[in-house]
Amino acid sequence: MNFTLRVWRQKDSVSRGELVEYKIQDVSEDSSFLEMLDILSENLVEDGKMPMAFDYDCREGICGMCSLTIDGIPHGPESGTTACQLHMRHFKDGQTITIEPWRAKPFPVVKDLIVDRSPLDKIIQSGGFITTRAGSATDANTHLIDKGTADYAMDAAACIGCGACVAACPNASAMLFTSAKVAHMNSLPQGKPEKHRRALAMVSTMDGEGFGGCTNIGECEAACPKNISLDVIAHLNRDYAIAQVKNFFKPSA
Amino acid sequence: MRHVFNFLQSTVGRKYLMALTGLVLVFFVLGHMLGNLQIFLGAEAINAYAYKLHKLLPASALWFIRLFLLICIAIHVWTAVTLTLDNRKARPQGYQKKQAIQATYSSRTMRMSGIILLSFIFFHIAHFTVRSVPGMKYNEPGVISKKVDASNDFIPTEVPLVKKGEAVFKNGQKIMTFNVHDMMIAGFKSKLVSLFYIVATGLLCLHLTHGVSSMFQSLGIRNSFWRVRLDRVALVYGWTIFLGFAVIPIATLVGILRADPSGGLIANAQVHQQEDITHKLFTQEVTLK
Amino acid sequence: MNLDAKIPEGPLAQKWASHKFNMKLVNPSNRRKYSVIVVGSGLAGGAAAASLAEQGYNVSCFCYQDSPRRAHSIAAQGGINASKNYQNDGDSVHRLFYDTVKGGDYRAREANVYRLAEVSSDIIDQCVANGVPFAREYGGLLANRSFGGAQVSRTFYARGQTGQQLLLGAYSALSRQIGLGKVKMYNRHEMLDLVKVDGHAKGIIVRNMVTGEVTSHAADCVVIATGGYGNVFFLSTNAQGCNVTAAYRAHKQGAGFANPCYTQIHPTCIPVHGDKQSKLTLMSESLRNDGRIWAPKLAEDALKIRNGVLDPNSLSDDNRDYFLERKYPSFGNLAPRDISSRAAKEACDEGRGVASTGLGVFLDFRDAIQREGKKAIEERYGNLFDMYQCITGDNPYVTPMMIFPAVHYTMGGLWVDYNLESTIPGMFVGGEANFSDHGANRLGASALMQGLSDGYFVLPYTVGNYLGEQGVHSAGKVTNEHQAFAEAENRVKARIDKLQSINGSESPRSFHKRLGNIIWEYCGMARSEEGLTTAIEKIKELRKDFWSNLRVVGEAGNINPELERAGRVADFIEFGELMCRDALMREESCGGHFRIEHQTEEGEALRDDENFTFTGVWEYMGDDIDPRLHKEELIYENVKLATRSYK
Repeated sequence: MNFTLRVWRQKDSVSRGELVEYKIQDVSEDSSFLEMLDILSENLVEDGKMPMAFDYDCREGICGMCSLTIDGIPHGPESGTTACQLHMRHFKDGQTITIEPWRAKPFPVVKDLIVDRSPLDKIIQSGGFITTRAGSATDANTHLIDKGTADYAMDAAACIGCGACVAACPNASAMLFTSAKVAHMNSLPQGKPEKHRRALAMVSTMDGEGFGGCTNIGECEAACPKNISLDVIAHLNRDYAIAQVKNFFKPSA
Repeated sequence: MRHVFNFLQSTVGRKYLMALTGLVLVFFVLGHMLGNLQIFLGAEAINAYAYKLHKLLPASALWFIRLFLLICIAIHVWTAVTLTLDNRKARPQGYQKKQAIQATYSSRTMRMSGIILLSFIFFHIAHFTVRSVPGMKYNEPGVISKKVDASNDFIPTEVPLVKKGEAVFKNGQKIMTFNVHDMMIAGFKSKLVSLFYIVATGLLCLHLTHGVSSMFQSLGIRNSFWRVRLDRVALVYGWTIFLGFAVIPIATLVGILRADPSGGLIANAQVHQQEDITHKLFTQEVTLK
Repeated sequence: MNLDAKIPEGPLAQKWASHKFNMKLVNPSNRRKYSVIVVGSGLAGGAAAASLAEQGYNVSCFCYQDSPRRAHSIAAQGGINASKNYQNDGDSVHRLFYDTVKGGDYRAREANVYRLAEVSSDIIDQCVANGVPFAREYGGLLANRSFGGAQVSRTFYARGQTGQQLLLGAYSALSRQIGLGKVKMYNRHEMLDLVKVDGHAKGIIVRNMVTGEVTSHAADCVVIATGGYGNVFFLSTNAQGCNVTAAYRAHKQGAGFANPCYTQIHPTCIPVHGDKQSKLTLMSESLRNDGRIWAPKLAEDALKIRNGVLDPNSLSDDNRDYFLERKYPSFGNLAPRDISSRAAKEACDEGRGVASTGLGVFLDFRDAIQREGKKAIEERYGNLFDMYQCITGDNPYVTPMMIFPAVHYTMGGLWVDYNLESTIPGMFVGGEANFSDHGANRLGASALMQGLSDGYFVLPYTVGNYLGEQGVHSAGKVTNEHQAFAEAENRVKARIDKLQSINGSESPRSFHKRLGNIIWEYCGMARSEEGLTTAIEKIKELRKDFWSNLRVVGEAGNINPELERAGRVADFIEFGELMCRDALMREESCGGHFRIEHQTEEGEALRDDENFTFTGVWEYMGDDIDPRLHKEELIYENVKLATRSYK
């Protein structure tokens, strides 16, 4: 298969970037999208040019490292799929494909298609945990957790932290990411004691990092490679409001 | 106070306020539409409704409600504006190519529909509540007449309050009321006004088809099971509101609704001779058409 | 090289408890005076960093990814073993211990394995408390499944994402400590050397992969948890970034490397589709419960299938060879990983392989679908079938699935004693990076268990013990001002300059592929003296070629994927040679190591317990000098050595 690629090239975080057009030939339809970029990079190296810088690691759709906006859709047109699991057979021979990095103020471009997603880590650092001390836990079956709750928590916990939700959202909002963690932990009995703190702290960090707000339009859900539902956002909204009300009447630090 | 401030600062908190004020406004438009639709029951009904609305409660309560609604609109708009500004800031550099994946047209155009609606609300209040839009035919006989004294202000023309075709008396006096029926019809006779009104209610429909369901999401009481259903409810609700409002200017323009300067008094009943000379003229005008 | 394993005295079951009691404690108020470097943020590294910080030590944690949450522990699918005996099916610490030693083909250290089995229960408790959403029964109890042919149901799982959930648990604990300021996290930093001061590990040299800056970091001790070296094969199920560099550079500084030839080949991966492929994808082993593995009986049929002339479904049963069922009637398609993998390779070697490259066999669900209906199969394997279809474009309900073995895990690693301390004092090694618990073969669902055991329950004690032994007067004494750091930094910079100055014509990726082909060919599923000797020669040539014909484009002061890969490939090449040497030295077949000279008449692995019941530990002697072998004899006091039979 042959393609015309329009790829974002940017030397470093301070330089201005632009879309550069490349032709690429003889790509196997079984190649993944990232393997296609590997071939492009090898071709560039052969010409003595800088290869493409893009993030990847596991290449099996779980590490959340890959972060390409393909023709205006994070992770490309296939739903529930990361860019590394997207195969070229889903494209038309001869097609022009535009590849851009995630776009959001909190995600500055580091180079080419690589962005800095550390604000997502900061959101987790502010409250996306359940405080435990190694070795002090009670027996695992002490808390009975009904299957429905466990499944719901697992659905939310499936987030791979890739940031596609932010990239897809017209407001560059990180609500789906933040809510997924809040919904996962707040729904489990182990996470209940820190429920309110968690919701307040994570929302405050999320806002502070410069992400936009949610307008409930659902682009994040559609772009999410793990199909995390908007339900988690409702969950966060609810828990946040309750936490605020509680905090209003009985302020806790 | 610090907590309230925190709440207002956060994107989630502001969305919560937007949803709550939206809820108030959703109920308001429904009530407003049901009130308006009484125009099809005749001048008697809608004028009586208007009378009750304005005179039954003390003036302060009325103002309180008006103020409350205005505050709701103000909060709704304030949250929308500040959130939009924040959202813009969150993506200083856009995509060269961007596709929407699943977002509906209505959800993506909330700002557009919201801004036009807001301007419509200003117009609408100026048009029908304050009645001060220049160039409008307020001086249509039967609706408003110019005060003859030095102030040169407009004063509304009043008609008797009517029940079952007969004027209502209180303490031997006819109760007079504003002729809302004719005011609406006079207002909608202007094709331009009607068009704007229909377009605006269309946008309201658009705004509501996303807003009514989205509100539940922001309040945190929606899940995927209810989302499908609420989306449908929102669609039906939006269209209902649209049709309920738009039918009035349409009916006026096609001539189904006609002015009734008597305010609903049955002809040949003990109609007290109208002394207002302009009123007669107006009646003639109508009959001439 | 001192290979004292420091196994505590006393009966097996009391060793860990008494050792914990005998260990030095560090006064809580003194802990903040010490600093610890943890390299790697996976299950072992992340959990160790979080736990040490929790105890009060100052921790610096390094990872090459953009976030600690992306470590490759995340990709484990199946589950994690623990001897909870929640299913009341007769499981116990001793049974898990025994199964692990036996599964490792009697090449693991008893005391370490026993401790692993012992703390396995605590791991589950810890993870549940951490918020890991393990699968539950309707009654709210934790669910278990039997995995990898185990006779008890001791595997805990979170859908097909157990590794991800466990890692995110450790990541959340680590994140909490980062938020509290107890852990300083260095993302996108790659360890390029270990620094020793007076023989003790006191720091590392790292390269900031964004700015290219090379910096020194000093601490009171160093924990290496950088995973395995499966990518020496170029194609493996490992993440693209997984590499041996940290471990190998530590080896060059004097850490013994144990059993590098023990690699695990997983039988059910999606076959290679072409030479541009970067990665192999694992399909869960559970597929073998219902799928039947076969290859065409005749090579000409296989050729026709490869060319697309013959539809595999139309091939009659008489012309199919269900080779696992034929060779191992009692275990059939469920034969262990190493055995199944080898059988598939043999079929392909005979020219009976399918897939476009001839390297693949069928995993056929036709009979299962006929027997139980498509719906039942869909319920059981629906997501796996979808994944297969997503990758290959074939519908496995209609065309039989194709599979081929792929490198999946490496049991070998840096040698450590009972305290997980390497031969360099003050350098600890956890997780897949060490060699300690799996012997010559790892059982399914044991990797996650080992990573977390090391990270949550072993290192926090033994690191504290080491620091306590050093005494509080030594805390923070060595800084990166020390001359040893400047020397190491210069070493690293010189190497980077050297890589960039070759100006040849071949890309690092190309060298990596060439290396992978050699290793896969000669040091893969079946090894021979002749092959390994050839491999060593070929690798030497490759190494020469690499240092004379490498081309690294771009500058060092920026993100440069070519430079990163070049450095890693350079280490892989040297390491590959070590691997072949180890395989050549081990004149027996055990676990993942199969020497064709050492097999039974039926073609089964033949262990040589008399001469090879030891851990082979290699000492680095110099760039062009052959490494020296040291042996740690393995003493089995609690299990009897027996032959694994799956007939």
